[in-house]
Amino acid sequence: MPKSDAPPSARWTNADDKVVLEISGDWLRDGPPPKIHGPEPHQVPDRYVTTGLGTFDSILPAFILAQFRTVNPPTGTPLEPSMEGLPAGLVGLLELALAVPEEIDANKDAPATSDIKKLGKASIRVWESLHQVADFTGQAVISMGRFVTGRAHFRAQDFWAIVQECGVRALPIVSLISFLIGLILAFVGNVQLANFGAGLYVADLVGIAMVREMGVVMTAIIMSGRTGAAFAAHIGSMKVNEEIDALRTFGFNPFDFLVLPRLLALILMLPILTIYANIVGILGGMLVGATVGIPPVLYWNETLSSLDMTTASLGVFKSVFFGAVIALSGCLEGMKCENSSAGVGKATTRAVVASITAIIVIDSGFAAIFTILDI
Amino acid sequence: MITVRDLTMAYDSFVVMRDLNFEIAEKDIFIIMGSSGCGKSTLMRHLIGLQEPAKGTILYGNEDFTATDPAERGAFTRRFGVMYQSGALWSSLTLAENIALPLEENTRMTGKDIRDLASYKLSLVGLSGYEDYYPSQISGGMNKRAGIARAMALDPEILFLDEPGAGLDPLSSRRLDELILRLRDSLGSTVVIVTHELASILAIANNSIFLDTATRTQGATGNPSELRIHSENPAVRLFLNRGEQPETPTEIPT
Repeated sequence: MPKSDAPPSARWTNADDKVVLEISGDWLRDGPPPKIHGPEPHQVPDRYVTTGLGTFDSILPAFILAQFRTVNPPTGTPLEPSMEGLPAGLVGLLELALAVPEEIDANKDAPATSDIKKLGKASIRVWESLHQVADFTGQAVISMGRFVTGRAHFRAQDFWAIVQECGVRALPIVSLISFLIGLILAFVGNVQLANFGAGLYVADLVGIAMVREMGVVMTAIIMSGRTGAAFAAHIGSMKVNEEIDALRTFGFNPFDFLVLPRLLALILMLPILTIYANIVGILGGMLVGATVGIPPVLYWNETLSSLDMTTASLGVFKSVFFGAVIALSGCLEGMKCENSSAGVGKATTRAVVASITAIIVIDSGFAAIFTILDI
Repeated sequence: MITVRDLTMAYDSFVVMRDLNFEIAEKDIFIIMGSSGCGKSTLMRHLIGLQEPAKGTILYGNEDFTATDPAERGAFTRRFGVMYQSGALWSSLTLAENIALPLEENTRMTGKDIRDLASYKLSLVGLSGYEDYYPSQISGGMNKRAGIARAMALDPEILFLDEPGAGLDPLSSRRLDELILRLRDSLGSTVVIVTHELASILAIANNSIFLDTATRTQGATGNPSELRIHSENPAVRLFLNRGEQPETPTEIPT
């Protein structure tokens, strides 16, 4: 229809007890909004008058369809309202739009109506999460059992690839962060200790802090963000792509095939990385020591004399547990992942948050235990 | 061979399909069909044990599949080959490695023999030469075909294919039909296919179930070519005639 250059308008009128809708003007998406005149009867028009109608795009059939829908709630049967007076093109579009009845069941997931209900649902979710964690940990133990007796199946190549990825490739970032942590500890410590003329004891400070806590905790947090997230993303994407179902139907145990190599790799790598981080941290402190006049050899000897084997192995001991936590957290969230790309993002976030929280909580537990055992 | 009795499938409180009763005989080419979203893939997942029914039983021969503990279902699942809707190839393995993995796990074959067998399976689906490509390096249609090749890796008794023809060009689709017929004839495989591809359904299927979204139960079972003309359910005839409905079912000629 040619343009009428008039603003869009719809007028409801009554003629001979029939409801008439007069549509005029140009109904265009980028034009002025349509004006509705007259009292809106709550029924579908019996006929239309479109003599004043100019050009129109989708907003006109959308408007008419919305009218039909507000008056007729979805019942699952097709609507067949009168279209007398509408141009042929518009009639064709509306018939197509009305051909398949609205799906009644389509609106699932009604939102919780009250805060109490939301609280209840949240509590149930927390309980289920704890249940899943316990279940997963149990499966891990059983899987390790199968591994030890030689009945677990996973590809050796996968294991070595993971070892390389989370061991060797993590060295640069672990080096950087441990070095800087050692440096910061020494710097801050020196400021205080120098006041008492005890500057040399900064070596003891850095040594003990690194091997007991900072080396292992910082390394674990780095690995959580780096590797735990990667595990969650990889396994989550596999889940979305039905690759894990495919493993099941081909007779593989997904736990043995996917989780076990990752668990073993981190339990092996984290202690090694921790020892490395401890040494690099001490070197960081040594650099600060050198700038305040402590010769490196003296610094090193002082460090060694402050540490005994027990203290030095505490961090390494804890790292085994942290490695397991990171692997299990990443794999669990990956396996639970929702079926979408957004779901993979959520799984990664949850994996990292859960493992960092668990690391700190377990570390506190160990601190208490070591205090009681006086080591 | 597969008997389904009073099967009801549900997600939480939403019932997908209820009271399904049908049988799949040996060497059938069995189609699971119905409109989009009616639960065809869900039914297939129930048949292979990836989902548990809300109600009902599935029997393989005389053995109750649904009553068996999921961990003990190995004896059943070893007889299946499954192809998933988008291929579901293991993304960190090449096409040849994807086919090799089930072979390594379930047979005593090694090295070159496995490689040769994998190449053979890929050639059956028209993917010769793509052995060392990764799934991300090939198209969606090629991923599906490779998925079919992997499903056939162990020469399974029962092959489950989830929308194998969707997205394939007409010639590949025809080749796939021929492949399915050959598998049935030479290996005696039973093939269960979830599909809407009418041309294929009418060309190769001899048995089917129509899942009716309106009633949320089965609309009809039987040979699709016969149902198209003789089914008493108008929704089934409408579907199989692509929307052109003969008014009433014509009498089956005696």
